[in-house]
Amino acid sequence: MRYLPLSETDRGEMLARIGVKSVDDLFADIPKDKLLKAPVDLPRRKGELEVERILSRMSSKNVSASSVPFFVGAGAYKHHVPATVDHLIQRSEFLTSYTPYQPEIAQGTLQYLFEFQTQVAALTGMEVANASMYDGSTGTGEAVLMAHRVTKRRKAVLSGGLHPHYIDVVKTLSEMASDEVKALAADVSGTEDILSQIDDSTSCVVVQSPDVFGNVRDLKPIAEKAHKHGALLIAVFTEVVSLGLLSSPGSQDADIVVGEGQSIGNALNFGGPYVGLFAAKSKYIRQMPGRLCGETVDADGTRGFVLTLSTREQHIRRDKATSNICTNSGLCCLAFTIHMTLLGEAGLTRLARINHANAVKLADALGNVKGVEVLNKTFFNEFTVKLAKPAAEVVERLAEKGVLAGVPVSRLLPGAGLDNLLLVASTEVNTDEDRAALVAALKEVL
Amino acid sequence: MLNRQGRPTAAGEAGTNEHPTFTGNKALAQVEPLLFEIGRADTTGVDLDEPASFTPRLGGQERKDAIGLPGLSEPETMRHYVRLSQMNYGIDTGLFPLGSCTMKHNARLNERMARLPGISDVHPLQPISTVQGALELMSELARYLMTLTGTKAVSLSPKAGAHGELCGMMAIKAAIEAKGEGKTRNVVLVPESAHGTNPATAALIGFVVKPVPARDDGWVHVDDVKKLLGPDVAAIMLTNPNTCGLFEPQVVEIAKAMHDAGAYFYCDGANFNAIVGKAKPGDLGIDAMHINLHKTFSTPHGGGGPGAGPVVLSERLAPFAPVPFVRAGKNGLELVEHEQDAPEKPFGRITAFHGQMGMYVRALAYMLSHGSDGMKQASEDAVLNANYIRAGLSDLFSQPFGDKPCMHEVLFDDTWLKDTGVTTLDFAKAMIDEGYHPMTMYFPLVVHGAMLIEPTESESKSALDLFIAALRDLAMSAKKGETERFTGAPYHAPRRRLDETRAARSPVLKWTPPAPMAEAAE
Repeated sequence: MRYLPLSETDRGEMLARIGVKSVDDLFADIPKDKLLKAPVDLPRRKGELEVERILSRMSSKNVSASSVPFFVGAGAYKHHVPATVDHLIQRSEFLTSYTPYQPEIAQGTLQYLFEFQTQVAALTGMEVANASMYDGSTGTGEAVLMAHRVTKRRKAVLSGGLHPHYIDVVKTLSEMASDEVKALAADVSGTEDILSQIDDSTSCVVVQSPDVFGNVRDLKPIAEKAHKHGALLIAVFTEVVSLGLLSSPGSQDADIVVGEGQSIGNALNFGGPYVGLFAAKSKYIRQMPGRLCGETVDADGTRGFVLTLSTREQHIRRDKATSNICTNSGLCCLAFTIHMTLLGEAGLTRLARINHANAVKLADALGNVKGVEVLNKTFFNEFTVKLAKPAAEVVERLAEKGVLAGVPVSRLLPGAGLDNLLLVASTEVNTDEDRAALVAALKEVL
Repeated sequence: MLNRQGRPTAAGEAGTNEHPTFTGNKALAQVEPLLFEIGRADTTGVDLDEPASFTPRLGGQERKDAIGLPGLSEPETMRHYVRLSQMNYGIDTGLFPLGSCTMKHNARLNERMARLPGISDVHPLQPISTVQGALELMSELARYLMTLTGTKAVSLSPKAGAHGELCGMMAIKAAIEAKGEGKTRNVVLVPESAHGTNPATAALIGFVVKPVPARDDGWVHVDDVKKLLGPDVAAIMLTNPNTCGLFEPQVVEIAKAMHDAGAYFYCDGANFNAIVGKAKPGDLGIDAMHINLHKTFSTPHGGGGPGAGPVVLSERLAPFAPVPFVRAGKNGLELVEHEQDAPEKPFGRITAFHGQMGMYVRALAYMLSHGSDGMKQASEDAVLNANYIRAGLSDLFSQPFGDKPCMHEVLFDDTWLKDTGVTTLDFAKAMIDEGYHPMTMYFPLVVHGAMLIEPTESESKSALDLFIAALRDLAMSAKKGETERFTGAPYHAPRRRLDETRAARSPVLKWTPPAPMAEAAE
């Protein structure tokens, strides 16, 4: 087997040195009747070529985003990732390293984590950011738990504009932890009355902007009301590129900001791995989940970086830890920070303007199609349209025509009476030809 | 200015600065400032055209202030990150014997497969008819995992090992509640030697953690477990092979005791790599076990993630698995994404979308490459390598539970360092100077000054021979009183020993502009 360096001779010599007759003598603690006599019922080993054939065959049964006019979003977005990013994250020293528990030989990882934290804090307008979470949805669940610790209350109010998967993640976690959740009904227009839901028992209000239907929300009044009642505002985003153009959640006085960072540096990957961004006001540092990287000096006085404030974490605090999380999203967070470095402020803001401009063009084009109504007054790069027919059916028909038109709201919220609604996203990858193809296909189907 | 850019401020002790340079660089060892010290707000490494003029629809929510994100051109970006990478130790650099973490070879075939356009460039909410290959891959991975573990169900959703624990414990909680025992069964037994994630996970969802005391043979005894069992116990979280590197010989009896008491057996599968193809956890009586794809099936650790932690489930827990999951339907494979679409009783959802596809494909590539014969051989070689190290060091190092065969990792304590003035930490730092990544230190907590060494199956005999010789030389040196070799170490790493206390006392968690520059800007 090409990955195993030991030869039969080596194995024999090593067994002799250990002083046992056969390798099974080393497995003697496994009850005799449980030790397998023969290999399990799976195929034997394969060469690279055969493995490539098998997996390429599976891959070829999928329609990739780059191969068609593509408008699918709702929490994961198709963006162009520079070639440099993918090359750099495959450097052996990044790819095959472990969590930087030995900082003297992990300064590469630690320095980029420190830079990543600085970038995320700047983008979100917050004082402090951690070294990333699994993704935006699990980060949102952690943010709610953190708010409960800070406020010593146990009731979260969730906006009806929050991504339905995120709502489900928070609900599942809260039910299991016996915490209370008040989730508002799906709010297509972004006009829900969330302020009246906040009272002195509220721990936190969770609001997404742009919300899952694309509406840009004003967080300031919500922050103000929440703070009046001693509650925290958790601001969520699923499209981090929007922060290049929109005022930051921090500037609107959010207490915790959490979002999905996939759009920068990371591929769609059918849903994962992604990278959760997590930032907060610095007074809450000691209640934050996840890894934090901090600056220090070495024995020579040279600047260096280490993981810090680990007394919050499970390997020290065990059942008293702020979270059970053990890992971060290492390589995805590296991809994020490299792409962000390539973009810089000038590149990110321009990328955001291109995204918004493309979405505006698309909304205008779709608005002229009979049987299509654009519902949003505000949006960034994604909006909701109402079709004359059920959206799921339309999307299937368009897929047959080689256009991936978006996400039917019924895919996320079945049975909510929103079957004719379609979420449509447009990023920098869409061309005028893509938009024309979508318009033409819609005209045929509707 | 030089100091702000991280250049040395004092001469090294071991002659490393005997020949100081003007730049602070030492040939291939380059000093690399922070991005924020070299980047510029108007620089970008991406060519994008400004869009034609249009009317924004942002509702007056436009950002008015600068963000504060410096950029670099493409060549500068490349150089910045290549230089950072050169300050990192990876598996491809050298032997990485981090116990319990399983730093085995990361095959590049797996990376290539993860970048196939039909895998990496597919959206999780595309129409199901356009992702049949992705669902096939998930179902094939599930089949492999269930076959290797001897179980009937698996949830692929969890994003990492600890997330897998959470998923498994949630399934247990849901099963208990379905039996109407939610109010009464709220205790989870956790051995003192367990990973910190076990008690943290149980506590996160409201369980009360009761420790199972450690014994002086390193094993969990069924009698100790039975003493703690009662109608209030929901489950045990037991790592097997355990964190002391030993297989639990009474695991079957422990499982039976749990089941007889109406409780469940959660197995922490962090060390499953020792027994793949040798024994099936399902045969041992487990109800749930997460599998760290990044350990056992070699998906890259990536400096701390991303991981993946699918959880296999017994028939008793299978109905409670969270959404989503794949099943066969009349038009090919289907994805069940909502609780109301499942005839079973899913406990909910633990993540957006469908889990870590990018990790599934790498793990499946590993399994296909090894095959049933190769996976069995890998487990045997991993165990053989660990025991070879044990045999090579047992006369100099002390073992907390006596000199007996171990599984894939060998555990030493610090008794043998008594009166040398050298601690486990010092010893680890001296290993860095010898070109090795240190072993896991001070874990498990039940062993004083623990040193947990896991060589994995990826090491050749000659690499192990040199490693053993180097550790023997260090040990002799410690015993001879050459303490400076340890207490000042590392001398040859990109940094000398770092001051972690200072970092925690007054945390600096992001870069801020130096004061004079900030004043100038005002």
